[in-house]
Amino acid sequence: MTLNIDTSADFTLAELMIAAASEAWRGDGELLGSGIGTLPRIALGVAKLTHSPDLLMTDGEAYLIEEPIPLGPRGDYKPRFSGVMDYARVFDCVWLGKRHAMVGPTQIDRWGQANISCLGDFHKPKVQMLGSRGFPGNSVNHANSMFVLAHSTRVFVAGEVDMVSSAGYNPARWLPGMKRDFLDLRMIVTDLCVMDFSGPEHAILVRSLHPGVTFEQVQAATGFALLQAPDMGTTAAPTAEQARLIRTMDPHNLRATVIKNNPPGVRA
Amino acid sequence: MNKQIGLDAVADIVQSGMTIGIGGWGPRRKPMALVRALLASDVRDLTVVAYGGPEVGMLAAAGKIRKLVYGFVSMDPIPLEPYFRKAREAGTLAVSELDEGMLQWGLRAAGMRLPFLPTRVGLGTDILTYNPDFKTITSPYDDGEVLIAMPAIKLDLALLHVDTADRLGNTHIHGPDPFFDALFARAAQRTIVSCEEIHDRLDLARPDDARANHFERYLVSHVVHAPAGAHPTSCAPRYGWDLEHLKRYAASATEDGGWARYGQQFLAGDEASYQSAVGGAARIGALPLPVF
Repeated sequence: MTLNIDTSADFTLAELMIAAASEAWRGDGELLGSGIGTLPRIALGVAKLTHSPDLLMTDGEAYLIEEPIPLGPRGDYKPRFSGVMDYARVFDCVWLGKRHAMVGPTQIDRWGQANISCLGDFHKPKVQMLGSRGFPGNSVNHANSMFVLAHSTRVFVAGEVDMVSSAGYNPARWLPGMKRDFLDLRMIVTDLCVMDFSGPEHAILVRSLHPGVTFEQVQAATGFALLQAPDMGTTAAPTAEQARLIRTMDPHNLRATVIKNNPPGVRA
Repeated sequence: MNKQIGLDAVADIVQSGMTIGIGGWGPRRKPMALVRALLASDVRDLTVVAYGGPEVGMLAAAGKIRKLVYGFVSMDPIPLEPYFRKAREAGTLAVSELDEGMLQWGLRAAGMRLPFLPTRVGLGTDILTYNPDFKTITSPYDDGEVLIAMPAIKLDLALLHVDTADRLGNTHIHGPDPFFDALFARAAQRTIVSCEEIHDRLDLARPDDARANHFERYLVSHVVHAPAGAHPTSCAPRYGWDLEHLKRYAASATEDGGWARYGQQFLAGDEASYQSAVGGAARIGALPLPVF
């Protein structure tokens, strides 16, 4: 791993995860980025303000913007709109594949199938959540990355997720003639590591471990076998530039409230 | 032509067993005054089709729903809708869970009088498992691709809430997102629209707002003047959702007899008494818009 000369001296776990997640959109060019949740949203803003200025973004509701809007109360700041991205257009965008979303599923399995619908038996769930929302459509149409606040075997389940809301690389679910070409699962950022789907048959592989975390720890918190990237290293600390942009995107420090006790980025 | 009716006439139009589409999205621009009229009626066994918010929870709590067709049910700042959750976890609700995009696709098919529209959405997921009546179709062209034939979602009735309407049935929506209200209206045999403001003719009263019209008046059967009628959901840019009230409603689901108490407190009288129970029209009109 590189020596981090130009990094901020100390950083929180949330900031480490934001910096790592911002890499998800690198090289995407001109398409709609979506970061669902506080940390992915900050990460998307950092991506646009650093390596991916061509990304399209919304105000979180129905308008396109060119300058990422800082999170939380806006004071005198007035967003400026460049276009429209109401839900009808979101579906047009999704079905054309012009989007890369980062979402936070409740369950994820070894095939990248994910669940936000319900836990337990679908017909009488133990816990009813949101329903599948746009996950089925997103998954078969455009790039998707995932963000997990608490890496555990409850999220990364053994076997399949309880309700497959978004499609993954499970061959049993793809019948002859169905077009799987647009399924494009990219990065998974958790509080322990960064993973992707670059193993054989899209198997999940650990790319980097957060400072102070071991592969054994990650494996123990995962309900299926993980692979290690040949060059698996340590997740890069936020650069001074990223740290500055994180503060710009999140002036009210909402990122400090996301993970319990806002732990430091380097584990003791 | 005058399509205006009173809120008190709504319950007579809705019949038990109907399939009803409800416009808006989650806690946004829901026709809640119309829904309250249903809650007060003896209508039951409804099939409800919605991008669901508190209206779904309330109709479920009141035992009005036989079957629910949805992509999600959520109140956004309170992500899990408490009474929807209760009904689902009790296993008492027949459901068709869809992807959000499939739902608009089914409405679109109905609005175009087609039996289905093809889509890839749903492939590889349990949406197919739990909608066992959905079939796939093979493209008749050289690609031979296998797609889902999303069946038309035909509605007996659609309920919508808009900013402005006239007595002819013309409507304007001024919020940032018209959602899929137009498709609900197209998919329905009849549509009841409630509105914040009513005029005789929008061409005369609001001549500069025609771009805010999203569906034609031949789709609108009845117009109800119901100012603040989206409460406790939002009607941007006029008023935001009432988070305090939504929290109170959500808390009632955790209490024994909570729904009955919510009903006694807020739903026992007419819309005017509802509004005074929630703090009055002026308070609703001043509810701030949410910041994202």
